[in-house]
Amino acid sequence: MLEPMSPQLPKFEDHAAQTVKTTTCYMCACRCGIKVTLEGEKIRFIQGNPDHPINKGVLCAKGNAGIMKQMSPAKLTQPLIRKKGSERGSGEFEPISWDDALDLLTERLRHIRATDPRKLAYFTGRDQMQALTGFWASQFGTINWSAHGGFCSVNMAAGGLYMIGQSFWEFGDPDWEHAKYFMMWGVAEDHASNPIKIGIEKLKRRGSKFVSINPVRTGYQAVADEWIGIKPGTDGLLALSFAHVLLKNDLFDKDFLLRYTNGPQLVICAPGQANDGLLLRADATDDKSDTQVWSLKSQSIQPWSDVHCEPALFGEYQTADGVTVKTAMTLLAERYLSEEYAPQNIADKIGVDADTIERLALEMAHVAFRETVEIDTPWTDWAGREHKSFIGRPVAMHAMRGVSAHSNGFQTCRAIHLVQVLLGAIDCPGGHLAKPPFPRHLPPPIKPATEMAPNTPLSGPPLGFPTAPEDLAIDANGDPLRIDKAYSWEAPIANHGLMHMVIKNAVNEDPYAIDTLMLFMANMAWNSSMNTAQTQDMLRQKGEDGEYKIPFIVTCDAFNSEMVQYSDLVLPDTTYLERFDTISLLDRPISEPHSACDSIRQPILTPDRDVRPWQEVMLEVGARLGFPALVKDDGQPKYQGYQDFIVNWEKSPGIGFLSGYRGEHGEKSLVGEPNQNQWQDYIDNGCFFEYEIPPHQRYYRFANKDYLQWAKSVGFNGHDGPIVMELYSETLQKFKLAGQGLYDGPQPVKAVDKQRMAEYFDPMPFWYLPLEQQRISSEEYPFFAVNQRPMFMYHSWDSQNAWLRQIMAQNYLYMNRKRAESLGFTDLQWVWVESHNGKIKVQLKLMEGVNSDTVWTWNAIAKQRGAWGLSDNAPESTLGFLMNHLISETLPTDPATGDHSENKSNSDPITGQAAWYDLRVKISHAVASDAKTDEQSLPQFEPLKPLPGQAPSPEVMRYSAGRQVNLKRSFKDTILRGFK
Amino acid sequence: MKLGLVIDLDTCVGCHACAVACKQWNTSGTSGPLSDYEPYGAEPSGVWFNRIRHYEVDDYPNNKTINAPMSCMHCEDAACVTVCPTGASYKRPEDGIVLIDQDKCMGCNYCSWACPYGARELDRESGTMKKCTLCVDRIYDENLPEAERQPVCVLTCPSHARFFGDFDDPDSEVSKQVRQRSGYSMMPEQGYQPTNKYLPPRQQPAVETHKPRQVSREEHSAEDKPMAQIQRWIAQQLKRQA
Repeated sequence: MLEPMSPQLPKFEDHAAQTVKTTTCYMCACRCGIKVTLEGEKIRFIQGNPDHPINKGVLCAKGNAGIMKQMSPAKLTQPLIRKKGSERGSGEFEPISWDDALDLLTERLRHIRATDPRKLAYFTGRDQMQALTGFWASQFGTINWSAHGGFCSVNMAAGGLYMIGQSFWEFGDPDWEHAKYFMMWGVAEDHASNPIKIGIEKLKRRGSKFVSINPVRTGYQAVADEWIGIKPGTDGLLALSFAHVLLKNDLFDKDFLLRYTNGPQLVICAPGQANDGLLLRADATDDKSDTQVWSLKSQSIQPWSDVHCEPALFGEYQTADGVTVKTAMTLLAERYLSEEYAPQNIADKIGVDADTIERLALEMAHVAFRETVEIDTPWTDWAGREHKSFIGRPVAMHAMRGVSAHSNGFQTCRAIHLVQVLLGAIDCPGGHLAKPPFPRHLPPPIKPATEMAPNTPLSGPPLGFPTAPEDLAIDANGDPLRIDKAYSWEAPIANHGLMHMVIKNAVNEDPYAIDTLMLFMANMAWNSSMNTAQTQDMLRQKGEDGEYKIPFIVTCDAFNSEMVQYSDLVLPDTTYLERFDTISLLDRPISEPHSACDSIRQPILTPDRDVRPWQEVMLEVGARLGFPALVKDDGQPKYQGYQDFIVNWEKSPGIGFLSGYRGEHGEKSLVGEPNQNQWQDYIDNGCFFEYEIPPHQRYYRFANKDYLQWAKSVGFNGHDGPIVMELYSETLQKFKLAGQGLYDGPQPVKAVDKQRMAEYFDPMPFWYLPLEQQRISSEEYPFFAVNQRPMFMYHSWDSQNAWLRQIMAQNYLYMNRKRAESLGFTDLQWVWVESHNGKIKVQLKLMEGVNSDTVWTWNAIAKQRGAWGLSDNAPESTLGFLMNHLISETLPTDPATGDHSENKSNSDPITGQAAWYDLRVKISHAVASDAKTDEQSLPQFEPLKPLPGQAPSPEVMRYSAGRQVNLKRSFKDTILRGFK
Repeated sequence: MKLGLVIDLDTCVGCHACAVACKQWNTSGTSGPLSDYEPYGAEPSGVWFNRIRHYEVDDYPNNKTINAPMSCMHCEDAACVTVCPTGASYKRPEDGIVLIDQDKCMGCNYCSWACPYGARELDRESGTMKKCTLCVDRIYDENLPEAERQPVCVLTCPSHARFFGDFDDPDSEVSKQVRQRSGYSMMPEQGYQPTNKYLPPRQQPAVETHKPRQVSREEHSAEDKPMAQIQRWIAQQLKRQA
């Protein structure tokens, strides 16, 4: 574009001294492709890889700050063990060699595995290799494993997987290319960082409308065309009111509902009987047998699979046996047509006026049905019906944390999907597109493992998808088998576990005591736990015998987090630029809607510390313990390290962690025998693999015959039958029947469990007041309190990063200006914030863009003094604060009953998702004082001691790779042009 | 040539990617290192060429948030150059980039006081002033792929809110964006004729609403309205059948 380098310019870059390598970013969970330029052993530049399917060359603030991750003084440098005789949490560590550390760990684990494998609880935080850690736990034989999804977004994942066979983020994306209307629900800056930014720009360039539903107007909401400042936790009510308006005005896609959902399927209406609310089936004793519909053609009941019978979408009918049945859609219409969901009846509850609610629904209907998009590609559906084009309803949505982290989040996600389905806007042009391996059948056919035996791998993965009470992980008395009580009556569909309950349950020996808690990249002693201060106490708690209630805590992390200080054994990990890694389709995929993708990391730098990749450590320990998948018959390790394992281990024949470049010579995609050159093939392709789906398989994949057959052939789905969206969930109804005492199978015993099953396991989406708020007086605690991470730090778990903390090193409590003024609060004053669980002192900031009943803050800015390489007087510690102190991991006592014996976890009653957005607070003036010492946040914590080998953090940093070449102004120019 | 940037306030989400990319490239670039003071201490700060300001416009609930990245505007009549007592600051005649010769600068700060855009910062360690170079050490570098010969802030911007080019060329992307989107100068009243331009938020046309359904008299007076509506649908599907 520009003229060649002018002769006056010096040679700035010494390209001969530079090398460029590709790899995958890990500054957050977005997993963009990057190009890293090295000069000598220093990083010159990290940039987005223009060829990469995820980020297409762009990179966010976090990715651009990767150098400072590598430079962090908080990097762990060597394995550490708590000093003998010192107290846990006192920060007294001494170095231990890797050999001794692994001997110690192996012997401890060997004993557990040989006696009672559930005594190992292995929980992983913000990692992206759950397929490997889950495999490891399964081989060990403990069901006490999960990743961090339970306090992240399990509601979102489960809500979608049980209803439409996909969800948001990793599961599906808005069709940025064709959408004309985009609605974003709640905080979304985390999932996913760059693709959403890229997409929003595309929408705005095309003139699409962007509506944001969020109590706070920050982040992406800044550029929304319309901001709806809803009250937290009421999104479900808004979605169901949209459904009301659509139904009332006949604005729904009847053909879509008939063909692709269970809307026409017949539901048994037999109140008080064991089959009430179940689907009518060809054989009532076989819940795999055909569901039934009412044929308008033959005026009789016919199997749903008979596509020519012309099923009725609405109506009440009788079976030959005289049983009353209704179509699922009739039940849905009866519910949502009710005036209960009329805009004028919910407006006050959600803080949005009725006219706006109705208008938004009618806008979406207009775009869906009057601005239809059509792609002229013929395709065939599962039943063999030929279609000449893909019809698109160009209304797209995205929802994430804001919806997920409420105790009504699962049903709220379903309510949002219901609106999408009514509009016919699922996996069609302009709508919400699945990303391979999704869509999957409802739900994916994996059940949680429940049986354990010494020295024996589990029969399957610890996590799965229950479809009936029989699938729960409970004992003969109905008590939980898992330490986190996932898959118990407390959280039956806890697909991601309840990591937030592990420490409390283990300390209370409820349901039993454990021996070793092994944590990977999980800061449970600080911002990843509710109730931080008490969690720290629990980690230190001892029994009457003087032993710690959690006898042994192992932490693997690359950085000196608060959790490190509460560990007995610390195993230092590498950074993302120092190791091999896989971002696998078996794990949390990075696919795009029209291509199946996975990727790798390769080491860019050699570690300068005594650290090891956790993958290597796991495989070594697994081999030492004799995991059948990791040792040969003679007991020798089967694999020579991680790379060898990734290439040669197969989940099933031809399918492994990496889907690209399979087959002997790398000629096969997705399925094929191991290729010994696979890593190099990835590196040669920029460290990623992308398989493009042909045009006729790109939409309506839940019913697209060619896609479904292909998806089966590559192992994404177990069969090639249609994926039928479940507006009406028979799975939920089975749990409801169990709560009602009607289910022909396991039933809860405790009254509280019965009530929760009967009330919340509604087969159709509904809204209820979040559980904590049911027990908290809104008069006494008038504000909702929520938190979020800023875009430049979201999921950036090694904060504080020297560059990013210059953008923000202190968080404030933000309040609506007008509301604050009415209460006499002023900008930057110190206030007390109090919840039922605790009290914190914080600094207030006033703003316009927040719902007037809501206060909020930036999460996880606050750090314990001494952690993360920060100085003791860093504002993160002195001024910043965690809202976590205010949040309890158990529900408060019900004021109606006064009974606290059944205080359940503060979680969604269906999925166990941590409900950290349900908080309510009151705010009062902190005592005015001029004393400087008073200008600090409370509570404050003792500073953590420096770790052995930890270098002091620099006072001044002048990072530079390579040489600086100044561009001199010539003497002649100075003389001739002077001051120009 | 008149090189500069166009920044789209319609799509800038305020993510700071451009600012950090700038910091990253330039700390090892021609005027690096860009010092950081107390990087892990009480008052972390450092030298940056590009900073993002966030503003709220209008009152709740009609408020809007504007994110405004600010860096050197490469003014045509640059006050920072005029006030420089050493001749270190200059505007390159060939492309209009305003630069500081680090060998001539004595760090007197005059330029930073003269600049109304806050674009110049003192590096206390080197004792010199530093500022946006428009990545002069990239844009002419023929060893880089052609598409990457751009300032890193433009390359990295995830919401494509930044454009780089020659304002003297009426067919350049920057000239076209300014024409089509009514691009404007920040604080033109200061009289320094900034080269960089900003694109205002787009005014999206209102979306039409679907016409509400006309409810029949019978249905309107029905006692159980939902049931009446479902009965109508049942009748309709039978009719369609017939």
